[in-house]
Amino acid sequence: MPATVITYIIRRLFAAVVLLIIVSMVTFGIFFLMPRLLGATPETLASRYVGRAATPDTIRDMARNLGFYDPLYEQYWRWLKGIFAGADYNYGSGIEHCPAPCLGYSFRTYQPVWPDLMDRLPVTLSLAVGAATLWLLGGITIGTISAVYRGSVFDRLAMGVSLAGVSLPIFFTGLLSLSIFSYGLGWTAVGGSYTDIADDPGQWAYNLILPWITLALLFSAQYARLTRAGMLETMNEDFIRTARAKGLAEPAVVVRHGLRGALTPILTIFGLDVGLLLGGAVLTESAFSLPGLGKYAIEGIVNYDLPKVMGVTILAAFFVVIANLVVDLLYAVVDPRVRAK
Amino acid sequence: MSTQTDGPAAERRLGEDLLVVDGLQKHFPIRRGLLQRQVGAVQAVDGLTFSVRRGETLSLVGESGCGKTTTGRLLTRLIEPTGGRIQLDGRDISHLSTSDMRPLRRDVQMIFQDPYSSLNPRHTVGTIVGAPFRLQKVQTENGVKKAVQDLLELVGLNPEHYNRYPHEFSGGQRQRIGIARTLALRPKLIVADEPVSALDVSIQAQVVNLLEDLQNEFDLTYVMIAHDLSVVRHVSDRVAVMYLGKIMEIADRTSLYERPMHPYTVALLSAVPIPDTSRRERRERIRLQGDVPSPINPPSGCRFHTRCWKAQEVCKTTEPALVELAPGHQAACHFPENAA
Amino acid sequence: MSQNPEDALAAAAEPRPAATGSPFLQVRELRVHFPTDDGVVKSVDDLSFSVDRGRTLGIVGESGSGKSVTSLSIMGLHKAGTARITGEILLDGQNLVGMNPDRVRKLRGKRMAMIFQDPLSAMHPFYTVGTQIVEAYRIHNPVSKKVARKHAIDLLDRVGIPNPTSRVDDYPHQFSGGMRQRAMIAMALSCDPELLIADEPTTALDVTVQAQILDLIRDLQQEFNSAVVIITHDLGVVAELADDIMVMYAGRAVEYSSAADIFNTPQHPYTWGLLSSMPRLDRERTERLQPIKGTPPSLINVPEGCPFNPRCAYAGTNGNLSFTVRPEFRDVGGGHHIACHLGAEDRMRIWDTEIRPKL
Ligand SMILES: Nc1ncnc2c1ncn2[C@@H]1O[C@H](COP(=O)(O)OP(=O)(O)OP(=O)(O)O)[C@@H](O)[C@H]1O
Ligand SMILES: Nc1ncnc2c1ncn2[C@@H]1O[C@H](COP(=O)(O)OP(=O)(O)O)[C@@H](O)[C@H]1O
Ligand code: SF4
Ligand code: SF4
Ligand SMILES: [Mg+2]
Ligand SMILES: [Mg+2]
Repeated sequence: MPATVITYIIRRLFAAVVLLIIVSMVTFGIFFLMPRLLGATPETLASRYVGRAATPDTIRDMARNLGFYDPLYEQYWRWLKGIFAGADYNYGSGIEHCPAPCLGYSFRTYQPVWPDLMDRLPVTLSLAVGAATLWLLGGITIGTISAVYRGSVFDRLAMGVSLAGVSLPIFFTGLLSLSIFSYGLGWTAVGGSYTDIADDPGQWAYNLILPWITLALLFSAQYARLTRAGMLETMNEDFIRTARAKGLAEPAVVVRHGLRGALTPILTIFGLDVGLLLGGAVLTESAFSLPGLGKYAIEGIVNYDLPKVMGVTILAAFFVVIANLVVDLLYAVVDPRVRAK
Repeated sequence: MSTQTDGPAAERRLGEDLLVVDGLQKHFPIRRGLLQRQVGAVQAVDGLTFSVRRGETLSLVGESGCGKTTTGRLLTRLIEPTGGRIQLDGRDISHLSTSDMRPLRRDVQMIFQDPYSSLNPRHTVGTIVGAPFRLQKVQTENGVKKAVQDLLELVGLNPEHYNRYPHEFSGGQRQRIGIARTLALRPKLIVADEPVSALDVSIQAQVVNLLEDLQNEFDLTYVMIAHDLSVVRHVSDRVAVMYLGKIMEIADRTSLYERPMHPYTVALLSAVPIPDTSRRERRERIRLQGDVPSPINPPSGCRFHTRCWKAQEVCKTTEPALVELAPGHQAACHFPENAA
Repeated sequence: MSQNPEDALAAAAEPRPAATGSPFLQVRELRVHFPTDDGVVKSVDDLSFSVDRGRTLGIVGESGSGKSVTSLSIMGLHKAGTARITGEILLDGQNLVGMNPDRVRKLRGKRMAMIFQDPLSAMHPFYTVGTQIVEAYRIHNPVSKKVARKHAIDLLDRVGIPNPTSRVDDYPHQFSGGMRQRAMIAMALSCDPELLIADEPTTALDVTVQAQILDLIRDLQQEFNSAVVIITHDLGVVAELADDIMVMYAGRAVEYSSAADIFNTPQHPYTWGLLSSMPRLDRERTERLQPIKGTPPSLINVPEGCPFNPRCAYAGTNGNLSFTVRPEFRDVGGGHHIACHLGAEDRMRIWDTEIRPKL
């Protein structure tokens, strides 16, 4: 069996790499073509890299140095090579080396993108992991109770609220909770601050609690509905009847037999959600002005800063792919029948 | 052969061979590894040779997984064989393409086991039973509706059921709907996969009788797949006993039930529970141990040797051929029972 | 019910050995009704029977006749609020109907256990066979996991699983159908129950495996001396196992007697119908099967009078009685009970002249 698991992982990793390359190509293509469609030339793009008083000659030199005259595929190839081998950039002020993994330099800030991403990752990571823990606990608990007491007041209330939760935009709930809890009641931190967990765990959590809750509310609504549907189905299975026939107490029947059986589809969605969130909870981070990957991506888009956008996109795609791989492997842990295949 | 072989076939005139199967084989590949190389095969059907005469009923029996359904799907060419030949009415249909097969679909029809899942719940009875006419673009005298209503009447349903949906019917009635659908194009050969297994005894008898009546009326040829040996004895002219993709024994009904030669057949027959308490003590039982081995790695020599109570050393090494041990009675065993 | 059929039932069981005091399981005038949008489904309607320790009762009937509903009622497994249950279910003298659900739960798996039809879906796919047996044992016995595991291995060995020490860690999908049913039996027997209910335990299995499982149930019953209720639609299966047989139709008992009587001198037209419609290996092959005409009734609109009257060939024999008056379930001699208006002479004559010769 281990041999089959290993070939399985290798196959999946291979597929993941191919997928990442395709995602990066598409993103590169879009962000390469977009400015051009809007009328930008290699010179106007290069002018962002030189001082305000540059002559057309220096701009052209710059554009040539950055390879802006080269065809699309060559530029893409160079970008790809940078990731694995690093790259050298010439900004007129001399050659600068960007070590692997090199995702290029920001057009705006002249900072290499990779270290920037690594700076912001902890913020996004904290946000995603905290929120995910909350919504998993909340969503699954509410969904399970709803399913067990189907048709009760609790069930109807929970499902009504969750319907609202699924449909309300995060920007709205985010701003609403900010204005109530931070500005109004002063219970929680005002957006825009982030403290590293290593520096002060208390402060870290205090700063993040509001975005966590906001994000978790949104997701738990979806998870509650999903859990409820899954539980209603599982609780009708024959093996539940068997568990009861053994004389098992109802809470154990629900949790050990019911929930365990209903968990698989939730796992799939969870993997996807966490993967996506690690790529930057774009709206939440903006709403709470958290300096994470999402906010970084927005800066990139607003400023036509191709390397930034490429960096975040590829990192997000990477997380999604990895999360999916992990979910697939977890499947085999959760469902022994998968192992046999 | 004894004079007791008279049965339904004696009244019906049996014609020449309608279906001739020779060395029929279906291996489903198992693929593994990085490159999805084939590492083995499920030997679902592994070399079947038999023929069915016009107007005859041949039954295939055997334990779950022995390849009965796969054989049925091969005969109706729902799947393509990996070896051997199927001849229908003198024509080799083993590898006909879907389009070449289409005109022949009129001649070969299949009845499925599960009367609940084999009918589309969103279609009315009229649509379901009339589908073959539309698919084959057959002209009917008084329109499709009349033809369908005639069929419904034929199988003992009310023609007014035309616009109802399958879920409004009981299991037995659904099986009748399925039978009406197969009969639409007046097929020559009907392959029925466990047509009565899902039904209650009282309803089962109704459907069995219906199948017999239809056979007499339209001179149908049946290949019945079943696991209930009592039902099989009732409906068949000849019976083939399968084990792990092979025929162990094939004979006419009386001969097989009265003088079974293959140890596997003997064991199967002795396992059938008899509705008579006085037999409880007297019965001589042969209990097979364990389960059917995997068709991926069938046992060497005689496939039955792992469970056979008569097995000797030679059974493990040499595969016994299916040979005629009495007139019309073939068995594949080195040490047959009841052999003359 | 007029006289006291339970007494008669008890009397029927009396002369047999092993009966000590009142029967271990006694069901009296059980009614299980399900209110639905279309009307009230009367799944079980006035059913009485009893089983003693060391005895096997076979319940036979077509699908929908209320067999499973009966067994689930005994086990207290109907969902709270869906079923309206009245009557009495006495387990060793204690009435389970209306008992505190937690008290019933503590009896389940310990004093009464159940085996289900489809062993694949009846076992949790994500837990090993061993884990599931250990769980069943530890609910009622405060022992360590290690002790329970040892017990599970012993049980698997007892029900004939080869290499139980290693197979105990297999998942249900790694077992064959017959082995799964054996494992289910091991689980049901884990706490040495006094009542074992087997609801179509072999319907999903091949004949060869069915024979193995029936042998196993028979042996285990002798070993544990428990009361066994075996539910099936196959008269052959009950003939193999049962001491007494109850035939059900449309949620009611139509005939109840010792197994030998049911097969040698059945007295109810429905039982006759069942016997004539099945092809039999132990008789000359008949030219034609004799089905019961029509289909079982809807349990929402059970026919007036005798529920079997639309399908019964003798419904007109007693004037209008079969269509207007529900025949009571009564003792017609020697503990043989039937629910039919036909007189004793008519029954004997029909059985001897019309039914038996055609079987
Ligand atoms: N598409 C397939 N791919 C791989 N294996 C298959 C496939 N179809 C059938 N098999 C295998 O072939 C064998 C024979 O299957 P088949 O369905 O013909 O059995 P059967 O005799 O009809 O059994 P049953 O009585 O349970 O219906 C089984 O081991 C089955 O798992
Ligand atoms: N929860 C339920 N709600 C409504 N009807 C039910 C319910 N459970 C069973 N029934 C009905 O009760 C009747 C008897 O069912 P059952 O005991 O399962 O039959 P069987 O004899 O085949 O085991 C059937 O008509 C069935 O549809
Ligand atoms: S050949 Fe040998 S193993 Fe096979 S059936 Fe005959 S006696 Fe048994
Ligand atoms: S009471 Fe009448 S209808 Fe019912 S079984 Fe007896 S004869 Fe038939
Ligand atoms: Mg099949
Ligand atoms: Mg049932």
